[in-house]
Amino acid sequence: MKIMVAVKHVVDYNIVPRVKQDGSDVEISGVKMGINPFDEIAVEEALRLKEKGIATEIVAVSIGAENSKDTLRHALAMGVDRAVLVQAEGKLQPLGVAKLLKAVAGREQPDLILLGKQAIDDDAGQAGQMLAALLGVGQGLFASEIKVNGNEIEVNREVDGGTETVALQLPAIVTADLRLNEPRFIKLPNMMMAKKKPIDVIAGTELGVDFASHLSLLNVAEPAPRKPGVIVNSVAELVEKLRIEKVLA
Amino acid sequence: MSVLILAEHDGQHIKQSTRQAVTAAAAWQQPIHLLVAGADVSAVAAEAATIAGVAKVIKVEAPHLVHLLAEDVAAAVQQIAGEYQVIVAAHSTLGKGVLPRVAALLDVGMVSDVVEIQAPATYVRPIYAGNILATVQSSDAVQVVTVRATSFEAAANGANAEITSAAAPAAFGKVRWVSEQRNLSDRPELATANVVISGGRSLGEQFNALLEPVAHKLNAAIGATRACVDAGFAPNDLQVGQTGTVVAPELYIAVGISGAMQHLAGIKDSKVIVAINHDPDAPIFKHADYGLVADLFKALPELNAALG
Ligand SMILES: Cc1cc2nc3c(=O)[nH]c(=O)nc-3n(C[C@H](O)[C@H](O)[C@H](O)COP(=O)(O)OP(=O)(O)OC[C@H]3O[C@@H](n4cnc5c(N)ncnc54)[C@H](O)[C@@H]3O)c2cc1C
Repeated sequence: MKIMVAVKHVVDYNIVPRVKQDGSDVEISGVKMGINPFDEIAVEEALRLKEKGIATEIVAVSIGAENSKDTLRHALAMGVDRAVLVQAEGKLQPLGVAKLLKAVAGREQPDLILLGKQAIDDDAGQAGQMLAALLGVGQGLFASEIKVNGNEIEVNREVDGGTETVALQLPAIVTADLRLNEPRFIKLPNMMMAKKKPIDVIAGTELGVDFASHLSLLNVAEPAPRKPGVIVNSVAELVEKLRIEKVLA
Repeated sequence: MSVLILAEHDGQHIKQSTRQAVTAAAAWQQPIHLLVAGADVSAVAAEAATIAGVAKVIKVEAPHLVHLLAEDVAAAVQQIAGEYQVIVAAHSTLGKGVLPRVAALLDVGMVSDVVEIQAPATYVRPIYAGNILATVQSSDAVQVVTVRATSFEAAANGANAEITSAAAPAAFGKVRWVSEQRNLSDRPELATANVVISGGRSLGEQFNALLEPVAHKLNAAIGATRACVDAGFAPNDLQVGQTGTVVAPELYIAVGISGAMQHLAGIKDSKVIVAINHDPDAPIFKHADYGLVADLFKALPELNAALG
């Protein structure tokens, strides 16, 4: 079985992003970036399927600018076999990303496509579902456990109010939730080795799809700060304050 | 042209989040239609028809819709999409699964998790775990939007809308529903509760024993941090935050929670936030209206006693 994993290069999850002075966008120049945490979980799951002898080849694909190569190198250092960068500058929306991924899937012919359930920058959570729709295949979203049985993949998914299990005919799309696994720690020699591995680069414009954005960003702002709080000295004082606030009977 | 809302239900009742989506959809000032899909949804459709602001309810019934797979629901939406300018759902498991599929099938973009509708194609939505609010404008002929339910009031009853039926498209067939595990609790639903009390991983095995009695007295829903869920002290559906449930209660009580931004993302719209933590430097205190520096293992039983 061949697996394709989509990975996005995003602002590191520990960074509190700031707005540019003119409010036109988020300031990301000079900010620490890395692989989207959910995509890292997706890569890890692919590697585990290979280690179990179920997958034979894993190709990581990133859509974005030149710096997305850092995230592809991260995936290579984790152990994926190949990396592909689809070069597309400027603002991309999930629909455009899904179209480009579909074009790459057409070349690669994977049996399973893994993605993170959302990217922690835009928090849109659309790409996997859109790709599944464009390919006409099933989607196993928010996976916390997967099992491959022959031509089917069983996905345990985290849903409102509990969990649900669905079985998808392959090829299929699965998006990773947090509890699917804990990604491995990358050893330094693997990181060094990954630097030497080739990354295939395809120009987005070569893939013959329209990935223009349908959404324009008018402005960004930080939410209004909360008024400073009060430290109370006892449970009794806390209860009294909450009664004054009328949030306690 | 009208607005189509994908209604959500549990087989018996319309979910609160659908009523909140109805309020959001009023922004378009167009007739609002509700699509109710399922195996047998007559009762749900009848309830939907009473929601103030709803002009029409469209039932799509078929045996294979007994468990709503996103692939099937998306096909049902797509088949009538041509009559609509706007397609809306709550940003819930169902909405997140179905609407991106619908958008892709219609070859339009989508706007997720909208907290404010400024104009018919201009929206405010949180990005970067709610650290930033982005205002975006869509150029698509059909607007496909999920809304953050807690940002809108729930529409009350007060209509008597027409109920019609549409045929269900054939089953998608490449996905089979296998099973589900509902974490049944007699506590109010997390996403809509008026009071939420959440615990972090420091509660350990005593998570339930410590929180339940207080939650009971406050008629509160119980929430948890990712670290707490990952450690197995609470089930997954209790996770509050960027990647869990977003809550906006009148009162949010965070017990033994450090205040990571991914957790804060899910609680920012709470009216009053209380933090109980033994570390006076815990980041959560910067975001709390009332803070108590105390050992939770003492403070929770005390709070329980104080509530009488
Ligand atoms: C991609 C991504 C998505 C994430 N999504 C979410 C999400 O949706 N929701 C979420 O919650 N997290 C999320 N996280 C995790 C988040 O970053 C934090 O790790 C998590 O919220 C911390 O949980 P915690 O507060 O229970 O644990 P900790 O950070 O370990 O904090 C424990 C706190 O308990 C206090 N404490 C310990 N003992 C006591 C005691 N006896 N009495 C009083 N206080 C005590 C400590 O002082 C400390 O402040 C996400 C992370 C990533 C990378």
